[in-house]
Amino acid sequence: MTDSTKSLLQVTGLKKYFPVRSGLFSRVSAWVKAVDDVTFHLNQGETLGLVGESGCGKTTVGRSILRLMEPTAGTVTFEGKDVLALSSKELRQTRRRMQIIFQDPYSSLNPRMTIGAIVAEPLKIHEIAKGQDLQDQVNQLFIRVGLRPEHQSRYPHEFSGGQRQRVGIARALALNPKFIVCDEAVSALDVSIQAQILNLLRDLQQEFHLSYLFITHDLNVVQYLADRIAVMYVGKFAEVAPAEDLFATPKHPYTQALLSANPVPDPTAPPKRIILPGDVPSPLNPPAGCRFHPRCPDVMDVCKTVEPKLTQIGPPEKGHQVWCHLYG
Amino acid sequence: MNHSKTGASLKTKVASLDAEGLAPQETPWEEFLRVFTKDYQALFGFWVLVLLLLMALTGKVLTEWWVVFDPEAVRLTDKFLPPLSVPSPDSIPEDRPFGGIYLMGTDELGRDVFARMFQGSFVSLSIGFVAVGISLGIGILLGGLSGFYGHVKLWFITVDTLIMRFTDAMMCFPTFFLILTAVALLPPSIYTIMIIIGLFSWMGTARFVRAEFLSIREQDYVTAAKALGIPEGRIIFRHMVPNALAPVFVSATIGVASAILTESGLSFLGFGVPPPYATWGNILSDGKGFVFDAPWLFFIPGLAIFLVVLAFNLVGEGLREALNPKLRSR
Repeated sequence: MTDSTKSLLQVTGLKKYFPVRSGLFSRVSAWVKAVDDVTFHLNQGETLGLVGESGCGKTTVGRSILRLMEPTAGTVTFEGKDVLALSSKELRQTRRRMQIIFQDPYSSLNPRMTIGAIVAEPLKIHEIAKGQDLQDQVNQLFIRVGLRPEHQSRYPHEFSGGQRQRVGIARALALNPKFIVCDEAVSALDVSIQAQILNLLRDLQQEFHLSYLFITHDLNVVQYLADRIAVMYVGKFAEVAPAEDLFATPKHPYTQALLSANPVPDPTAPPKRIILPGDVPSPLNPPAGCRFHPRCPDVMDVCKTVEPKLTQIGPPEKGHQVWCHLYG
Repeated sequence: MNHSKTGASLKTKVASLDAEGLAPQETPWEEFLRVFTKDYQALFGFWVLVLLLLMALTGKVLTEWWVVFDPEAVRLTDKFLPPLSVPSPDSIPEDRPFGGIYLMGTDELGRDVFARMFQGSFVSLSIGFVAVGISLGIGILLGGLSGFYGHVKLWFITVDTLIMRFTDAMMCFPTFFLILTAVALLPPSIYTIMIIIGLFSWMGTARFVRAEFLSIREQDYVTAAKALGIPEGRIIFRHMVPNALAPVFVSATIGVASAILTESGLSFLGFGVPPPYATWGNILSDGKGFVFDAPWLFFIPGLAIFLVVLAFNLVGEGLREALNPKLRSR
């Protein structure tokens, strides 16, 4: 399907179920299937945008890959190593190569550490640098993300959201990673700051040859940054496609509806919104067959019973994949 | 007219910001001081406590090591003298108080109340601090274990269930009567009192620390530390504990006050620190029979306890406000 030598990260059949406990003896009465059988890959230097509504399992995918949560099933191969099989010591080494940037710049920095100490800590812990060398490296990181090195002795609460997010980026870059999960990294910032941070992330990507898994619900952001986009709906992928293809020719009815909800910056453009009936189903009790079928405008009988399989649109090397019976 | 004035003050304000619009640097400690020193009630409490601490230390020295004020001298000639009175002419010259005056009067045995209060301040304060030290130690340990390793299963129950149900069980007993029972069964001594008060007052702290740990464990900076491969011990002690402890110390301040109050209550009932130690509680207790004949025996220790407990509570309240950024804007 894809050239496996080139891909940095390969996720296969990833599942994360959360138990719902109830009753006197805390018996597991049900499972929330937050992520249910997700497969994708990420190439070196590439950005994969992961979009979907709140609660569809985007963040769970990101955190499971980094093993900040233990996935229920599946494999994650990073640089040829099975991340889920690593011992805790090997995991610490691997974590130098994969990092995360958080959504909320207010809770992602320890309020009782100076921002200099926050950025220096990973370098110290992994014994990458010490003394003057450490100081130089921290200065470099500060300059690289657009912060003044002389602000190092200040505390996070003295900075604005955008500046804090830069500190978070500097901390993630400290260990010189290859792969960064950006978990809604710009969602909490206002639009002008968003643009600055997005440009910074793009520049850093070129400079350090980074790969991003960019989790967001903002279609404009992924359009700007992503090479490929994956659309998620209630724990499953609906469609994966190169960014231009996805915006030009969305195949899955859910993707079509999602894109139609994105405002077009042209007041004269005719409104083409596809309004979906009903609500997003609970991952506690997802519909049988295709999870989208109760809301799908193009629903067929087969959708109600059979889960759709992956279908390639066009030549496989193009990588436009869709999980929908319309194309099967 | 007004315009130019606000314009000028705006300019000075802008000038004090640096190139990136940041205010002049302020460490958390400086910020804490700025907020705390503006709170006059807390400041009052703070100075009362400083005074008390000095009094307790000098009291220890001047009544026990280098006896200037003798709390144990019995003067049968000078019974029930009101405050600020001089010794009677037929009293024994060696037993006369320092300065030739009874600052706070004498009691039914002619003992100098001022000297006894002086000695008692050290006892009361040390009971407060040691008891709270013990309860903090137990509370932080159990609460921390429960909050961080709570999900770990031991045989058929989790660590969290085990510790918290034990805490709940301890809370079910009316603390004061539990202490009373324990004190009645154990040999009476000042150390027994300290340890027992400490052993029976850690439950609030434990619950508090557990709650703090549970909420901090889910913060992104802890997740970030995990993602950076920082060892667990360092995550706990460098990232979690400093953020969990501020509110704990606030409650500890108030805990000192309640320990002093508990000791006074025990002494008042006759189960407290045994003689010859004078504590505020047993001075009060001894004085209760003479409320109408010698009211100072009753009111002086009562007022002292009231003042100290009030001061601790005011300081605790001030600390809470200065350490909690959410309350600060008010």
